[in-house]
Amino acid sequence: MGEHGHGPPKGIVRWLTTTNHKDIGTMYLVFSLVMFLVGGLMALVIRSELFQPGLQLVDPAFFNQMTTMHALVMVFGAVMPATVGLANWMIPMQIGAADMALPRMNLFSFWLLAFAFLLLLSTLFIPGGAPAAGWTLYPPLVLQTGQAFPMAIFAIHLMGASSIMGAINVIVTIVNMRAPGMTLLKMPLFSWSWLITAYLLIAVMPVFAGGVTMLLTDYYFHTSFFNAAGGGDPVLFQHVFWFFGHPEVYIMILPAFGIVSEVIATFSRKPIFGYEAMVYAIASIAFLSFIVWAHHMFTVGMPLAGQLFFTLSTMLIAVPTGVKIFNWTATMWRGSISFEPPMLFALAFLFLFTIGGFSGLMLAIAPADFQYHDTYFVVAHFHYVLVPGAVFGIMAAVYYWLPKWTGHMYDMALAKWHFWLSAIFVNVLFFPQHYLGLAGMPRRIPDYALQFTEWNMVSTIGAFGFGLSQLLFVWLIVKCVKGGERATAGVWDYQHGLEWTVPSPAPYHTFEKAPEVR
Amino acid sequence: MAHAEQTHDASQYYFPHGSRLPFFGSIALFVLMAGAAATLNGAAIGGWVLGLGLVLLATLFFLWFGEVIRENQAGLYNEQVDRSFRMGMMWFIFSEVMFFAAFFGALFYARQLSVAWLGGEGAKAVTSLLWPDFEAGWPSNGPGALGPREDGSYEIIPAFGLPALNTALLLTSGLTLTIAHHALKSGHRGVLKLFLALTFALGFVFLGVQIYEYGHAWRDLGLQLGTGIYGSTFFMLTGFHGLHVLVGAIMLVVIWLRSLAGHFTPRQHFAFEAVAWYWHFVDVVWLGLFIFVYWI
Repeated sequence: MGEHGHGPPKGIVRWLTTTNHKDIGTMYLVFSLVMFLVGGLMALVIRSELFQPGLQLVDPAFFNQMTTMHALVMVFGAVMPATVGLANWMIPMQIGAADMALPRMNLFSFWLLAFAFLLLLSTLFIPGGAPAAGWTLYPPLVLQTGQAFPMAIFAIHLMGASSIMGAINVIVTIVNMRAPGMTLLKMPLFSWSWLITAYLLIAVMPVFAGGVTMLLTDYYFHTSFFNAAGGGDPVLFQHVFWFFGHPEVYIMILPAFGIVSEVIATFSRKPIFGYEAMVYAIASIAFLSFIVWAHHMFTVGMPLAGQLFFTLSTMLIAVPTGVKIFNWTATMWRGSISFEPPMLFALAFLFLFTIGGFSGLMLAIAPADFQYHDTYFVVAHFHYVLVPGAVFGIMAAVYYWLPKWTGHMYDMALAKWHFWLSAIFVNVLFFPQHYLGLAGMPRRIPDYALQFTEWNMVSTIGAFGFGLSQLLFVWLIVKCVKGGERATAGVWDYQHGLEWTVPSPAPYHTFEKAPEVR
Repeated sequence: MAHAEQTHDASQYYFPHGSRLPFFGSIALFVLMAGAAATLNGAAIGGWVLGLGLVLLATLFFLWFGEVIRENQAGLYNEQVDRSFRMGMMWFIFSEVMFFAAFFGALFYARQLSVAWLGGEGAKAVTSLLWPDFEAGWPSNGPGALGPREDGSYEIIPAFGLPALNTALLLTSGLTLTIAHHALKSGHRGVLKLFLALTFALGFVFLGVQIYEYGHAWRDLGLQLGTGIYGSTFFMLTGFHGLHVLVGAIMLVVIWLRSLAGHFTPRQHFAFEAVAWYWHFVDVVWLGLFIFVYWI
């Protein structure tokens, strides 16, 4: 705290005490990659068990722990921290700020998250095992959790505190730290998408914290929030959860929208088509995300007016999302397109996310949802928006900015192998799940009827293919950090944005003197 | 570009270069949460871990705010830094608003929907088949008549007794705080110190009344956390509010001490304003509680 040099301190102390946005961004990204692999291993346990009907490898209780923990790890440990890491690295550089506005709080957000996961993952090793009632934590089932229960609840509280602090930092940085001349409507779309994401986070994480607190008091202190005998209602939890949970899915996807906007423009060598419309579309999606939550719960029994409202409001989301899809397409129109790895991931995003969007529209229709609810169709839907959606977006970002971070070009051939294997296997993995769901296979069950066998086998093969392909990604990143062809400041043929005006690798401190923005 | 504290250029935004406190704070919160979880799981050591966590957390606050106050007194913060703090505080209060919104939402849901459905109203009338004799109304401890008493009876606290007194106390404290703020801005330091002291005194009296009311409800009225949905919403809403009053009152004491030490100037006193915003927020939440929990 006393010493002030320009370079970072050496060794582990650097990572425990750094307040530098680039260091913190790196820690978030590495943490996210580790969690992506941990969550992936859990997914492989699930898919291995489902390779054949009957119980083969794990007992049903452990299977349920895996489905629950896979979701919690991927949502809160992999996708969200990855986007926060990107925000940390890129937002100050995109808006011409020297660092995040509140650097100490920034570091606090990261370490709090790491300790939250220490608490959550340690439940795997205690008597009774990890939480197993699904990441949605519905009562009364979740109230049968053993000793893991308070640990999971408190881990969620810590994650929430971490997210809220991170989000406050993003908003304050963007509103207060932009370089002179960097008006809001000159800001790159990645920063824009994060500004709106941060608002969503601050609005809904506390609601989730409140909801899980009610679970805790119902469990230990005899309250009746979710107990009908006392005048409460288990469905109340579903409302509270999805009031958080639906904006949460946009928290995961909006930063990917921002990334894809930047990448498609760069590799089409054109400015993004309809910049302002893109900003308003993100804002509209964020607003709509607050009034659609009950489409997750059509089958609990809802008044007709409620079903109509939530069906129609959900379908409205297709309008601003459509604006974005068309604008990305229009950006490519007559562009001089090249297919570097970030662009490949962005294009796969465009096609595959749209598939997830369409299955979302099918699920939005209340009477049809009665058929799909709690089947593998739902699993296929949200994995399409989250894996080739959010995760491919994050991978596009890594391939886009990795030379800026490390100062080295990466192995393009290896990156293309990673892309094609991922893009093929992700479809082998998830597309058959649509068929399984439409045929009636329920989710979160370790066994299934014989007629579902073939597509489950295909899906499991896809899962292992996809999982193993990610090892290429890890290897590529390690190789690129260690060395490689020197990257120029601009890296790509066509650049837009301040981050390309600083050298590669980006110096430890950038924009200590605010840049001129015209 | 000089970053050493002694030579910091006030036209530059001040960035701290490295801090041990965030990592220490994460350990503190981890110990606190692990201790709380162990306590709830009935582990004998849980209470000790929980206590240690609380001590560590208090230490964290002491060190962290101490560092910020020292930097501020050293003149490291320019107007832009001040704006960052202001915005940070505003968004923090917004997150608190959303936290209370979850519990108010639960209250309205119970009052308007779940209790009525259990009584046979509306689309969910089928739930009334479980308890055909239940008559919906508010307050309610549910069709199971849950609570500490054998016969399921309980009494509630009337709005125009102690709660009305508490409302008066908090509203008055909002007024005294505003007087203190005006005194600060016009340089009347004596008035500032007096009215700031009055403000937290009112806050602590409020808490005393609240504790007395809780004891009375718990012992004499059969109104506990376990008294159905009424008891749940009553204690959770007023309890979290009370916790916020406690935190706010402690913050008021801190800025009072800082006023005594002469930290604030008529033009620069962000800490004072942040605490004032927080206190008014706590005030407004109480009004919501008084109306929807106690009164109607």
